[in-house]
Amino acid sequence: MKKVLSLHEQYLRSVRLNKIKVLSIQLAILILFFSVWELAAQLNWIDSFITSSPSRILKTLGSMESLEIFRHVGITVMECIVGFIIASVLGTLIAVLLWWFETLRKVMEPYIVVLNALPKIALGPLIIIWVGAGYKAIILMTVLICIIVTVMSVLAAFLSCDDGKILLMRSMGASKFQILIKLILPNAVPNLISMLKINVGLSWVGVIMGEYLVSAAGLGYLIIYGGQVFKLDLVMASTLILCILAAVMYMGVALVEKFAKRFR
Amino acid sequence: MEILKMDGVQLTYQTPDGETEAIRNINLSIEDGEFVAIIGPSGCGKTTVLSMIAGLMKPSGGEIFIEGKKVEGTGNDVGYMLQRDQLFEWRTIESNVMLGLEVQKTATPENKEYAVKMLEKYGLGDFKKHLPKQLSGGMRQRAALIRTLAFKPKILLLDEPFSALDFQTRIAVCDDVHSIIRAEKKTAVLVTHDISEAISLADRIVVLSSRPAIVKNVYTIDIDGKPLERRENPKFSSWFDVIWKDVSR
Repeated sequence: MKKVLSLHEQYLRSVRLNKIKVLSIQLAILILFFSVWELAAQLNWIDSFITSSPSRILKTLGSMESLEIFRHVGITVMECIVGFIIASVLGTLIAVLLWWFETLRKVMEPYIVVLNALPKIALGPLIIIWVGAGYKAIILMTVLICIIVTVMSVLAAFLSCDDGKILLMRSMGASKFQILIKLILPNAVPNLISMLKINVGLSWVGVIMGEYLVSAAGLGYLIIYGGQVFKLDLVMASTLILCILAAVMYMGVALVEKFAKRFR
Repeated sequence: MEILKMDGVQLTYQTPDGETEAIRNINLSIEDGEFVAIIGPSGCGKTTVLSMIAGLMKPSGGEIFIEGKKVEGTGNDVGYMLQRDQLFEWRTIESNVMLGLEVQKTATPENKEYAVKMLEKYGLGDFKKHLPKQLSGGMRQRAALIRTLAFKPKILLLDEPFSALDFQTRIAVCDDVHSIIRAEKKTAVLVTHDISEAISLADRIVVLSSRPAIVKNVYTIDIDGKPLERRENPKFSSWFDVIWKDVSR
């Protein structure tokens, strides 16, 4: 006999079905995209020398010296994560200092605004001369790109804290440090999370830009090298890997968010 | 016993446009266990008076004493309750209530137990582990009151604590707060612009003049009972008349 579903069960079922529907359409788009791409290449509708094709990408990845691709991926990921962490931590610390010292904040304001507007890539040549042409330069570029935005958004979150709450803590006799630890920081957790999310994107921009300027390895290097020697399969393969890496890192931050929500 | 004394208190602000004399001269003495309401026209510096009692602001002249000790900065002598409950959204009700103890580094097991007992006594026992957003406006304000009582301040300062609530809730919370303060035998200073609220809560009402503020009149309210009962007392409307005329004159 067929079980009669309660209204709530029906509701849950429709929610579940809807989720499955969205997910399967998302997957279908991905499969369709690659199939059409491959098909168009096979049937010579497009010139696969220029556009590459999924099968050529796979072949490129397979034909590379064993583990060669992993070396490049590893270097890029390392540069990205190190830059991301330095920029997020250092940026937050600077924001704390600027929150703490009002005069410092007022003094620094125009400098921060100018630094924010400055295209950081303009500093490329200087960075190379100062720290050399290795991974240090790329990490520095990543940090420079992320840190100003981090400082600005975190500081704005600190300053937007309700005056009433600060007054309440002061009336209890709280010190400035207690106000920071018990109120300002936990109050800014949602903003800190969204700062991390923005930095995931920006640190990839920084790393690839850095690798374009100066590098001997990494995905950005592969893309530039591939472009110069017209190995577009390599360019496409590297780009595809970048997409996957960015998605994985974003998911990592989403996990941090879940964690933070529970333990704030 | 006299618990609070304001002796010739003055306050002058400095602004880019010049000096503003906010408070000219306030002399006031409050007895232990008294409930005093301060009312006056808006902008007359009622909140400023509370800030000075709390030690958040320094008077430019005169002195304030709590139990004979001069107020110089903040401490654990006063509990300040603000317009909005200001509960921290990321803390549970229980942990919100512990805030004062944590800040003052007095979170001993006994003090914590006292705070939890208060929650249970005043109907929030089942909501200890809830977050503020899961509570109604009235319950939140009750939690905020218990947070201020948890560190056993000598004086409670209430800065229009009901003004952010809707009318229905306001009447109920007013009753709540009144009975809690009476049961705990606390001294309270309430600032409000709502005359009927003042009459329904206070033993004495201090009417301030408009800026620069001085104490215009002090009335001893001869109605007893809970706020709702007081509102039904025939004397209520005559008191309202007297004070309304005084405030708006």
